[in-house]
Amino acid sequence: MTTDCDVLIQGGGGAGCSAALHLAQRGVRVILLERGLVGSQASGVNYGGVRQQGRHPAELPIARRSREIWGRLKDIAGTDAEFVVTGHLKLARNDAEEADLVAYLDVARQHDLPLRMVGRNAIHQDYPWLGPRVVAGSFAPEDGSANPRLLSPALANAARAAGADIREHAEVVAHAHDGARFHLRTANGAAFTAPVLVNTAGFWGGQVAEAFGEPVPVEPLNPNMLVTEPIRYFIEPNLGVVGGNVYLRQIPRGNVIIGGGRGESDPAVPWSRPLPEVSVRAMERAVEIVPAIAGAQVIRSWSGIDGGMPDHIPVIGPSRTTPGLFHAFGFSGHGFQLGPAIGALMTELVLDGRTDIPLDAFRIDRFGTTAT
Amino acid sequence: MRVAVVGAGPAGVRAVERLVAAGVSPVWIDEAPDGGGRIYQRPPPGLMRDARLLYGFEAKRATAVHDALDALKPKVDWRPETLVWHIRPEARTLHTLSRGRQADVAYDAAILCTGAMDRVIPVPGWARPGVTTLGAAQIALKTQGCGIGRRVAFLGTGPLLWLVAYQYAKAGADVVAVLDTTPFATKLRAAPGLLLGGMTFAKGLYYTAWLRRRGIRIAEGATPIAIDGGDENGVTGIAWRDAAGREQHIACDAVGMGWGLKPEAQLADLARVPFSHDPLQANWVPVRDGAGRTPVAGIYLAGDGAGIGGAEVAEIAGARAALALLQDAGERIDPIETVTLDRRLASQARFRAALERAFPFPAHLARDLADDTLLCRCEGLRVGELRAAARAEAATGPAPEVNRAKAFTRIGMGRCQGRVCGAAAAEVLAAELDCDVAAIGRLRGQPPVKPIPIPAPVDTP
Repeated sequence: MTTDCDVLIQGGGGAGCSAALHLAQRGVRVILLERGLVGSQASGVNYGGVRQQGRHPAELPIARRSREIWGRLKDIAGTDAEFVVTGHLKLARNDAEEADLVAYLDVARQHDLPLRMVGRNAIHQDYPWLGPRVVAGSFAPEDGSANPRLLSPALANAARAAGADIREHAEVVAHAHDGARFHLRTANGAAFTAPVLVNTAGFWGGQVAEAFGEPVPVEPLNPNMLVTEPIRYFIEPNLGVVGGNVYLRQIPRGNVIIGGGRGESDPAVPWSRPLPEVSVRAMERAVEIVPAIAGAQVIRSWSGIDGGMPDHIPVIGPSRTTPGLFHAFGFSGHGFQLGPAIGALMTELVLDGRTDIPLDAFRIDRFGTTAT
Repeated sequence: MRVAVVGAGPAGVRAVERLVAAGVSPVWIDEAPDGGGRIYQRPPPGLMRDARLLYGFEAKRATAVHDALDALKPKVDWRPETLVWHIRPEARTLHTLSRGRQADVAYDAAILCTGAMDRVIPVPGWARPGVTTLGAAQIALKTQGCGIGRRVAFLGTGPLLWLVAYQYAKAGADVVAVLDTTPFATKLRAAPGLLLGGMTFAKGLYYTAWLRRRGIRIAEGATPIAIDGGDENGVTGIAWRDAAGREQHIACDAVGMGWGLKPEAQLADLARVPFSHDPLQANWVPVRDGAGRTPVAGIYLAGDGAGIGGAEVAEIAGARAALALLQDAGERIDPIETVTLDRRLASQARFRAALERAFPFPAHLARDLADDTLLCRCEGLRVGELRAAARAEAATGPAPEVNRAKAFTRIGMGRCQGRVCGAAAAEVLAAELDCDVAAIGRLRGQPPVKPIPIPAPVDTP
């Protein structure tokens, strides 16, 4: 038996679940197919940064729109996913990194992103717990963090309430397009058909694109994450560094969450795990920034699988080979904040044929690998 | 051939002994300062106590294991006070931490003898100061020569309950009650099988009889109600319902509790050894053959970490795993030796099965917990919160399982990573979702196996 609907979505991360929600809210019959559980991979296991500063300029319009949705998340999804606006403080550890921060102030201004420099004198006065190697910072007061484990399931539940059909443990094993409709088959033999397919399958989004003749150079990207036992709460802002080799934040209950470097994975299983030497290096870099975390016990580490693109920005927009196919994947380790807006703008692309956000930088054929 | 053995309890000692006899000198890693495992954990240097006093009937075995351990140390790369916090089977590397120093240990084959820990069921008041596991109560006695309190009650089931109560009373502690949650009739039904255990069974009978003779209050088929006391002063008493349904209470200042053991199998999990649910043990156990081989190349398991069998089994299994490793490496093995060991393991397994039937894991105690009982101590999660999350999940998605519950409720996310609350949490979930506990799955292991500290910054003066 084949199940028929208006829009099929493959991949239940933040982007896919948000797309299901926004489409269902506009009365579309939508079915989302998720291989495992919603939010199992990149959307669920990431650092939880809700960060705008430091993004590629092309991503900022999406990030601005998403930040607006994050502010309303409780009304939309019934939970704020522990979103807190702590500000994001990006740190420089030498002159060159400081120059980088200064240069980004212009980018932020062009996109109305509130951002201010914290200079050499102020940085250790305002944040006395920062280590001596920190020379300056830039502070984005609207940024913050959220709990990644909660976002996708909450969006999925809201989508269900709006009428979407969210199917977990539904791995798509066959894709076809007959010129008018997509035909998908799952591992358990179920068949689905719709005139529109939204590809929000993360790293595996590359396989979906390839199935329709537009392969892209997407690689598995495995964030290497650690968390400590609860310690005294003192690190209020979400912290990053120029270059991004370490990032950390503390939640009010006391745990410090530390990211940095890449783990290992086997997307075919799928299976992912942090790498021991990378974890130790992340600890060393974190304690250099915040010396007071020395001695705190790391109780767990983890990773997941995201899609990394060679130019570190995602593929977003319509297919160049197949009408009715829309992509949003390959978020290259920083898609968590963008997820809510991606769902909104994919809905506009599907239903209105356009969106106000410029998407040219994210074209799927920018790598010159699309079949002609 | 580079061989690593993790653990220096009965299984590790006999594995290393067999390897050394074959001319193989392994890297031998143990968390404790001087080996012995939990069962034969040794007092620190300077604390001189007679082995018979420390280990009772087990003194001969304990001494034999310690003597073998001491004789082997100079023949191997002995690394005490060392935690293996991660393993990468793809790279055949162990990642260790010893006194703040990281070290990698490359291996071609490794025998993991990682032991067991108490299996715990929450009781209202179980987080009060003065409540420990049975194993912790025993270790305090064995290694420090001190008890967990002056007036001690013991609660739970299994051979360890009676052994620890006996050891405490023998050491001069005031044991006020032994509360066995298993009804007498259940044990009686298993008695014919228990006879297979010979001496082990006889010792169990002896402890029980000895405690009764001392006039110590004994209850079988007891149902715990609460451990009374305050968060400041700790334990003041324990209340239970007896087999006839009457409420009972006794004053005490400490409670040792436990319901059998569960494998400390995190390292096998990280090594990507598959697990299966053993309904008889009511434990998830790593998959291995009778000799300790796993489906993961180069990984062998022995002792309680591979499924609960007890110390005697651990010694045999340690030697057997070493033989399997040597055989797989192309060494000539005496077939008589392997057959003998296999026969002894088989006979022990029959006794073990009877023991599990005599002291079954009382899943109902976990399933019947009141909503306001603390379930996950690390994260401060109560039973009702897990039930509510399970209900919400059951309404929306198929195949609810424990890792999803972890994501929503933080169960098992704290310092112990679910080692303490995991068994009870799975039962609470299974009851709420009306499914078999095996369908709930098990908490995914993540490195580090136990917490590791963030090192001090390098450039701090």
